[in-house]
Amino acid sequence: MRILASTTNRILRQLRHDRRTIGLLVVVPVMLLTLLYFMFDKQEPVFDRIGLIMLGVFPFVIMFLITSIAMLRERTSGTLERLLTTPLVKVDLLFAYGIAFGIAAAVQASVAAGVSVWFFDLETAGPPGLVVLIAIANAVLGVALGLFCSAFARTEFQAVQFMPIVVLPQALLCGLFVPRDQMAGWLEAISNVLPMSYAVEALQEVGSHADPTATMWRDLAIVAGCIVVALVLGAATLRRRSA
Amino acid sequence: METAIEVNDLVVHRGKREVLHGFNCRIARGSVTGLLGPSGSGKTTLMRAIVGVQIVKSGTVTVLGQPAGSPDLRRRIGYLTQAPSVYLDLTVQENTRYFASLYGLGAAAADRAIADVGLADAARQLIATLSGGQLSRASLACALVGQPEVLVLDEPTVGQDPVLRDELWRQFRQLAAGGATLLVSSHVMDEARRCDRLLLIRDGQLIADDTPAAVKTAASTDDLDDAFLTLIREREGALA
Repeated sequence: MRILASTTNRILRQLRHDRRTIGLLVVVPVMLLTLLYFMFDKQEPVFDRIGLIMLGVFPFVIMFLITSIAMLRERTSGTLERLLTTPLVKVDLLFAYGIAFGIAAAVQASVAAGVSVWFFDLETAGPPGLVVLIAIANAVLGVALGLFCSAFARTEFQAVQFMPIVVLPQALLCGLFVPRDQMAGWLEAISNVLPMSYAVEALQEVGSHADPTATMWRDLAIVAGCIVVALVLGAATLRRRSA
Repeated sequence: METAIEVNDLVVHRGKREVLHGFNCRIARGSVTGLLGPSGSGKTTLMRAIVGVQIVKSGTVTVLGQPAGSPDLRRRIGYLTQAPSVYLDLTVQENTRYFASLYGLGAAAADRAIADVGLADAARQLIATLSGGQLSRASLACALVGQPEVLVLDEPTVGQDPVLRDELWRQFRQLAAGGATLLVSSHVMDEARRCDRLLLIRDGQLIADDTPAAVKTAASTDDLDDAFLTLIREREGALA
């Protein structure tokens, strides 16, 4: 527990020294939402639908990218090798990344949701707090998948290529462009095993129901399960001994 | 003499190349052992095997009576990698405190380690802004901070000015006097004088394992550089 806390603290400190990254984390989603808002000017229901989903998609994409690069830096700078000679347990490191970037995602999602609700009149039947909660879960999912995927990249060049592989299919099939139940059967089957589909469904539930529904809680539980599985798989790819 | 590190018939492959071919050595507790040899001779590989991060083909490495890499050893061993491995986007103090925390130690231990490597004035500086010499000392502070019983230091004094190098070696001697076991790799023969024992390694073979004085006597020269050369030639002559 002590090591988990100090590792989380260390990652947050690294982030704090990098003011530009913090700025980008907070500003970029807001900028993109602004773009969407003006694109769908006078088509309020469309912005309500797409803006809401985007609140869940942005943190996932951004955290996936940041994490895979951060973890790759640990590997290439030799700090990972050094950490693995200390009492640190592998799971400490992975969960510390999950928590630290989860906190960053909470800030990011709160600002993005706040701006959407207050300035762009994004309307959801359910409470915006739930939107933020789902966005955070989605961000942590991005962190967990990023940690796992970074094991398969040796360079930054390779790491960024995992974004189109991992992120794009999920974004395409999550129900943003075509409702999932209107897709060809095999596409729907694929989307059924992609975690982002559930995060988006959870957001849509909040959008259309005043009270949290059973479906929303089930979806959130599925996302949480995927996070744990990805983190454990990530720990399995971290080897103390290397060739 | 109590043994701190024992390596038996160690064979290590890196890529397609066999780097260590049945390597044997024994290092006494409370001593400073110099690991000398040209670049590519297998020094780093041997050190990685001792700290337990190297995949080995066969053979055994025992540290403080336990197989290298055992969980219990991780709080008793300190490792300085050849390339400085610290977080560039943190200050010296933040780095050292973080590594201290992994051993359950607090800020006082971290500050002591920083002072020991002569970085007290730069404690609040970001690592990315340090000079090369300062950078490797910051990395060294993170290896010393856990007050380990076994310290494996891969070229700790590269790029340091002579006065600092002298101070660092004084400290290594002090740590050994306090019971720690140090294995220090180096290119600089002049540092070899300050070791209790030397391991000369070339192409993954142990060429000599003796005190600095005995190495010089064996090669009948007063200069360690010459001694190394003579020993290699003798060995190659014997093989030919």
